[in-house]
Amino acid sequence: MDWTIIQQSLPNFVQGFKLTLWLSLVGIVGSIIVGIITSLVQYFRVPVLKQILNVYVEVARNTPLLIQLFFLYYAFPVMGIKMTAETCGIIGLIFLGGAYMAEGFTGGFNGVSQNQLDAGEALGMNQFQLARYVVLPQGLSLSVPALAANIIFLIKETSIFSVIAIPELTNTALDLIGMYYRSNEYLFVLVVAYAIILIPVILLLDWLERRVRYGAFGN
Amino acid sequence: MAEEILKVEHLNKFYGDWQALHDINFDLQKGEVVTLLGPSGSGKSTLIRTLNGLEPFKDGNIYFKGEKVEPTPKEWQKLRQQIGMVFQSYDLFPNLTVLDNILLAPTKVQKRDREEVKKEAMALLERVDLADQANSYPRQLSGGQKQRIAIVRALAMHPELMLFDEVTASLDPEMVRGVLEIIKELADRDHMTMIIVTHEMNFAAQIADRVLFLEDGKLLEDTPGKQFFEHPQTARAAEFLSSMEF
Ligand SMILES: Nc1ncnc2c1ncn2[C@@H]1O[C@H](COP(=O)(O)OP(=O)(O)OP(=O)(O)O)[C@@H](O)[C@H]1O
Ligand SMILES: [Mg+2]
Repeated sequence: MDWTIIQQSLPNFVQGFKLTLWLSLVGIVGSIIVGIITSLVQYFRVPVLKQILNVYVEVARNTPLLIQLFFLYYAFPVMGIKMTAETCGIIGLIFLGGAYMAEGFTGGFNGVSQNQLDAGEALGMNQFQLARYVVLPQGLSLSVPALAANIIFLIKETSIFSVIAIPELTNTALDLIGMYYRSNEYLFVLVVAYAIILIPVILLLDWLERRVRYGAFGN
Repeated sequence: MAEEILKVEHLNKFYGDWQALHDINFDLQKGEVVTLLGPSGSGKSTLIRTLNGLEPFKDGNIYFKGEKVEPTPKEWQKLRQQIGMVFQSYDLFPNLTVLDNILLAPTKVQKRDREEVKKEAMALLERVDLADQANSYPRQLSGGQKQRIAIVRALAMHPELMLFDEVTASLDPEMVRGVLEIIKELADRDHMTMIIVTHEMNFAAQIADRVLFLEDGKLLEDTPGKQFFEHPQTARAAEFLSSMEF
């Protein structure tokens, strides 16, 4: 292990680190928004929209991100839609993540008991109020474990962006290895960099899970 | 002249192909307390839930305060603001404090002023001896306390009619009395119009102006309370009463 090589590569890795962080953040926030909307549409069985989103969830969950990215990056320009690699990456990640998040939220919403819904309805709530005051707060707490798993999954999934040459962490490492043939050093930095992102995220999500389990819940 | 709160005409209710309620007819005047009795599985919950639209019905008519109910979700949603319901399992919202449980529907559904509703809620909590629990969460309360809160939550809507479905059935025996006393007081002091499903026969005998006796989804008796407990009209009701051993 040659520490000077590591040192020299650090500026590159810092760039990659920032990009991975940024892409993850945008991807996760976008996925959560798409996921909540999708699962609410499915939960309240909004006609037509529900069928469309069912198809979306199936397609997105059953095709690899790699293929989705190739499609966005190589096939869309043929149809006249040109996007930067980063835009393709973010769209791809949200497309995939939205479907996974939707599944997680749907699980949470379905976990809200019929008794709770009856209680809300008996108090005169309309569908919107039922969603806002009963289904969402309780369903979201119930979906925190799935949400946590999906967040970790999406962060890891950003590594696939390297195939369309987005200079995030994995791409940076592969590039450096290709140029200087020093895989030990670069892979070591790569692992450390992912750990720096993932460990705090895991701890934070753990804390959140414990909080909603003992805090907002229990009858 | 009494005002009619509820009238049910030729009500039939099916679960799939199976008929749960057969041609139910009765009415309810303002201030009347009716207990709905019958063996397990006779359709008491089904009937009471049909009366506020939680269960759809196939045919027949329900009139609320003289007006025929159009059984659409929107119409029921409006009517439920005037029909309070309390369930066996309390069903307080676990993510909200006691006070917020009570304030939610009056402020969000009826759009009433929060401060005004809060004053009223505190007075109601006082009445059920739970003012000191206003900021507790449901999980911190006993079953009996939760059920008293559930009653307050329904009352805060200013209902014209209250429906109770076996509200003491899940409670430890020592909690039962407190809840029943509140219901009794609602009858005596507030002259609240109520339909009460209960297995507490002593309580039913004490509180009922009239008894509806249901078996196999059929209304076998609609009898004044005193008469029902002393001289039930049908052999089935007599059998039911002796089986309850109270
Ligand atoms: N959602 C449902 N689907 C199908 N059948 C149902 C449903 N709900 C109730 N039933 C059936 O309808 C009948 C009446 O049930 P209901 O719960 O109204 O009885 P009940 O008089 O309230 O009984 P209990 O005293 O045990 O609460 C029962 O045979 C029950 O199995
Ligand atoms: Mg029942």
